[in-house]
Amino acid sequence: MSGFTSGHATTTKAFLVNSIMNRLALAASAIPASDTHAARTVVHGVSVVCDPFGALYMPAHETLVVSDLHLEKGSAFARRGMMLPPYDTLATLRILEHVIARHNPRTVISLGDNFHDRRGAELMPEVFRAMIQALAKGREWVWINGNHDPDGAFGLPGTSLDTLHFGGLLFRHEPTLGARLGEVLGEVSGHLHPSATVRRREKSIRRACFATDGQRLVMPAFGVTTGGLDLKHRAMQGLFDHERLVAHLLGRDRVYSVRFGNLTA
Amino acid sequence: MAAYIQRPSAYVVGVTQHQTISHLPAPFPAWFAAKGWQPRAHQLALLERAKDGESMLLIAPTGAGKTLAGFLPSLTDLTRRGDTRKPGSAFQGIHTLYISPLKALAVDIERNLMKPVSEMGLPVKVENRTGDTSASKRARQKTNPPDILLTTPEQVALLISDGQAERFFKDLKFVVLDELHSLVTSKRGHLLSLGLARLRTLSPDMQTIGLSATVAEPEELQRWLVGQTQGQTRHAGLITVDGGAKPEITILRTEERVPWAGHSATYAMPDVYKAIQANRTTLLFVNTRNQAERLFQELWTINDDNLPIALHHGSLDATQRRRVEAAMSENKLRAVVATSTLDLGIDWGDVDMVVHVGAPKGASRLAQRIGRSNHRMDEPSRAILVPANRFEVMECQAALDANYVGAQDTPPVGAGALDVLAQHVMGMACAAPFDPLLLYDEITSASPYAELPWETFERIIDFVATGGYALRTYDRYARIRKMEDGRWRVSNPYLAQQYRLNVGTIVEAPALNVRMVKRGAKGTLGRGGMTLGKVEEWFLEGLSSGDTFLFSGKVLRFEGIRENECLVTQAYNLDPKIPSYAGGKFPLSTYLADQVRTMLADPENWPALPDQVREWLSIQGDVSVLPSKDELLIETFPHGSRFFMVAYAFEGRLAHQTLGMLLTRRMERAGLKPLGFVATDYSLAIWTLEDLGEAFLTENPSLSELFDEDMLGDDLEAWLDESYLLKRTFRNCAVIAGLIDLRHPGKEKNGRQVTVSADLIYDVLRLHEPDHILLEATRNDAATGLLDIRRLGDMLARIKGHISHKPLTRVSPLAVPVMMEIGRERVAGEAQDVLLAEAADDLFNESMSSKSA
Repeated sequence: MSGFTSGHATTTKAFLVNSIMNRLALAASAIPASDTHAARTVVHGVSVVCDPFGALYMPAHETLVVSDLHLEKGSAFARRGMMLPPYDTLATLRILEHVIARHNPRTVISLGDNFHDRRGAELMPEVFRAMIQALAKGREWVWINGNHDPDGAFGLPGTSLDTLHFGGLLFRHEPTLGARLGEVLGEVSGHLHPSATVRRREKSIRRACFATDGQRLVMPAFGVTTGGLDLKHRAMQGLFDHERLVAHLLGRDRVYSVRFGNLTA
Repeated sequence: MAAYIQRPSAYVVGVTQHQTISHLPAPFPAWFAAKGWQPRAHQLALLERAKDGESMLLIAPTGAGKTLAGFLPSLTDLTRRGDTRKPGSAFQGIHTLYISPLKALAVDIERNLMKPVSEMGLPVKVENRTGDTSASKRARQKTNPPDILLTTPEQVALLISDGQAERFFKDLKFVVLDELHSLVTSKRGHLLSLGLARLRTLSPDMQTIGLSATVAEPEELQRWLVGQTQGQTRHAGLITVDGGAKPEITILRTEERVPWAGHSATYAMPDVYKAIQANRTTLLFVNTRNQAERLFQELWTINDDNLPIALHHGSLDATQRRRVEAAMSENKLRAVVATSTLDLGIDWGDVDMVVHVGAPKGASRLAQRIGRSNHRMDEPSRAILVPANRFEVMECQAALDANYVGAQDTPPVGAGALDVLAQHVMGMACAAPFDPLLLYDEITSASPYAELPWETFERIIDFVATGGYALRTYDRYARIRKMEDGRWRVSNPYLAQQYRLNVGTIVEAPALNVRMVKRGAKGTLGRGGMTLGKVEEWFLEGLSSGDTFLFSGKVLRFEGIRENECLVTQAYNLDPKIPSYAGGKFPLSTYLADQVRTMLADPENWPALPDQVREWLSIQGDVSVLPSKDELLIETFPHGSRFFMVAYAFEGRLAHQTLGMLLTRRMERAGLKPLGFVATDYSLAIWTLEDLGEAFLTENPSLSELFDEDMLGDDLEAWLDESYLLKRTFRNCAVIAGLIDLRHPGKEKNGRQVTVSADLIYDVLRLHEPDHILLEATRNDAATGLLDIRRLGDMLARIKGHISHKPLTRVSPLAVPVMMEIGRERVAGEAQDVLLAEAADDLFNESMSSKSA
């Protein structure tokens, strides 16, 4: 529909009721991997595990993928005069600590928008920098560049790249647009902050989710002050084969897998 | 230390007029004489005392000449001063500031004030300044101010945060505050009180004149009007004008059956229409915009005479509202359906009847609204109350009694809110660097902030500077900075600009313009078309293209959202979804609740009630008991496959909702398996899987345990943390305090784009810094606002040891209304109304049959 912009998207994002409180509380109680109900699925022939914390684990390659950390979002606003709480970075890193402890991966891939803006990495307080250094110790770390942070992760361990081919999959921040269905094979991306809504007994429940049709997978946003964009939103059109699309919704301590056809707008 | 209290001296009206009228300067006596008028005693008395330098509060009924009384001191003073606007004369700041709660009122007053000014040829320049005033006129007003400036509280906050404020206000003599009773009670009033404190600093001899309708506690207003100093309570002088003619109020008597529940009063429409036909101009008041839309629609379906009936509420487009107001003052309308946007003293000329649909919820509100039907104090106002359900019949009766005896239940001023204080502190830094000690003295001179501890003030400064977080990572981004001499200055002019864009305390839910467009031949949507008003975004989010809704008196078809506008086309659907607006529903006032309880308890009090209501109550007395005045009656009974408990607390819907949340948590723990609850203004119903009557009889748990005050401890905390209502409260606080700016310089038009989610900020803050000052502000608000915790606390204390349990085998008559609400929550749409009515009758028959059994 020409003439309609996706201006609505910004607020839809902002209004998502996120389950951070659950994630934060769980992170504090450190549940081992065996006790949680992750969802197993296959992307382009590669087995992956959707962790309820919003991270993707590739067992064959001992690799953990997270996306859209949006670190230092609070301070990005503070620089412009809005003094949002400075605890978002800490909260996000705490959850990351736990999910890394749970899977103990050899490689970590952070899929872009790692920082909320270009200067985030450079201006990050030392205490958080040290936390990331400790997390990266003994592992390989790849920072994929995002639209918020195209210049790479300044002064942090690991490698900054625009895209990465690895383990039979393509990792990039923004999903490839304009390609026809079936042309994108084995792509893992972020950027869109997908969420999905389920309706039961007159109650709508909306959660961040992994979205995949078996060829393409879009990651949920991992950062604690990130909103979400509904899978039924226009901006999501043309990305997935709706027949095969499944949303893996992040629950309290498990992932709920729901077919696209059973979601509500 | 014994506080020195200067008793307010009430003034007895009855001065000899000849003594004082001679004090009026030259053109005034002649003008009064030419008009054939006598200055009223209270007008002269106020003038005398103001002349002696006293700040004054005038309490008078509508039509008593309050406005002229308020302006006489400044008009006479300006007349004595003479014209100072000669070429080459020095800059002259404004002389009188008039502040009204409504833009429309400021405009209206200009008209009324210009009359005597031009007729007497007074050397006085009068102008208004509101959000609608053009930027060029506002700029010109700063370099060449009028003598009298008519404005709103938001404009005052803007003017005092300006770098030129000192010069602008240095000659200020009078501040006239209209409808003071409605100005003071909200956060808006808190901000204005701080503004007044600054004006007193800028012009120490300035006097205030407050004009008010009757209030419960005049002393509060008297304190509010003058600067307080530590250890002393100071008051403005008081003049009270009694009476006016006694209003003629009736409760609608109808042959129709009054429904058990609901708020639409559909049953009464033919009678309401008859009232419109029988009068010249009728004002119809309702409590919510939703009700306004429905009532308007209902009236037009039976408007066989095509009477000009209009609609007026706060979500409608300003030009539409102005058009209604203009048509009204030209007497072109026979009726206007309105919400509280028309409560206040705009002069409507010829309104001769007020119809109040739904219970008024407060006696003072009723008095205020009824006052609209008349602007001459010696003629009686006329009004009809239309109760929408049976409990409202009692409430209307109680309100009617209250209005006759002159009881007042206006809310108290309350302690100054902290988010408002943060906004003000930032504003003061924008005006000029401030000395924290001097600013603290100034702020505590405002009565709502008189008790503010120094430590809290320091925390507020820290909050304004860097957000006030324990983790001090933002010091380098501080919004205000301490200079070497100890004063604080704003660190960047951009921040001052940002502040000015976001001044004010009225935080509205994000809303979109509704624009009516046409479909082109190919089905494409046109551009342009009329703006109808604003609808909250969350309501639109629930709509899909093609859905219909009722707005601005029209059934509209939702087409889509384009940029920041909601596009609609004309629809002909008869079953629209109706916009329901957040807020706007007043809780039952404590005073009226008390009256209803008293009325209910004793059949002696029933003669004024209609037969069907009396019958209903007497059957209640037979099959169950009537709640006595000081007891909390709890009924338990099975119904369907569930067990019910109904508590008749009469504390208003908000307090009942909070109570419902807390009780179900406890019942869950006690293993009673609660399934849900529903709250009305009068009672609370909870239903469970376990037999409640049995459980209470075996004290497992006992009712006194269940209703123990300690539920306001941990249970409340735990529930609050997850409460959607608290998140909404937090968002308001965050916006007012300037943590989240809704508008940014250069992007003024996108008022709705909050770039971060307040909910997410709330969650992060609560986890990492639960004692943050903004969370403190949020909890303070919750105590009185959406959750009404304070009122709930008072009730729990009152009923301690006074709970009476009545186990029943079936639903009681008194329980029928709240049971009906349960049905209402599940069933939607007009077609099911028939079923609902049947369900209601089934319930009622069940309760009645127990009488014969």
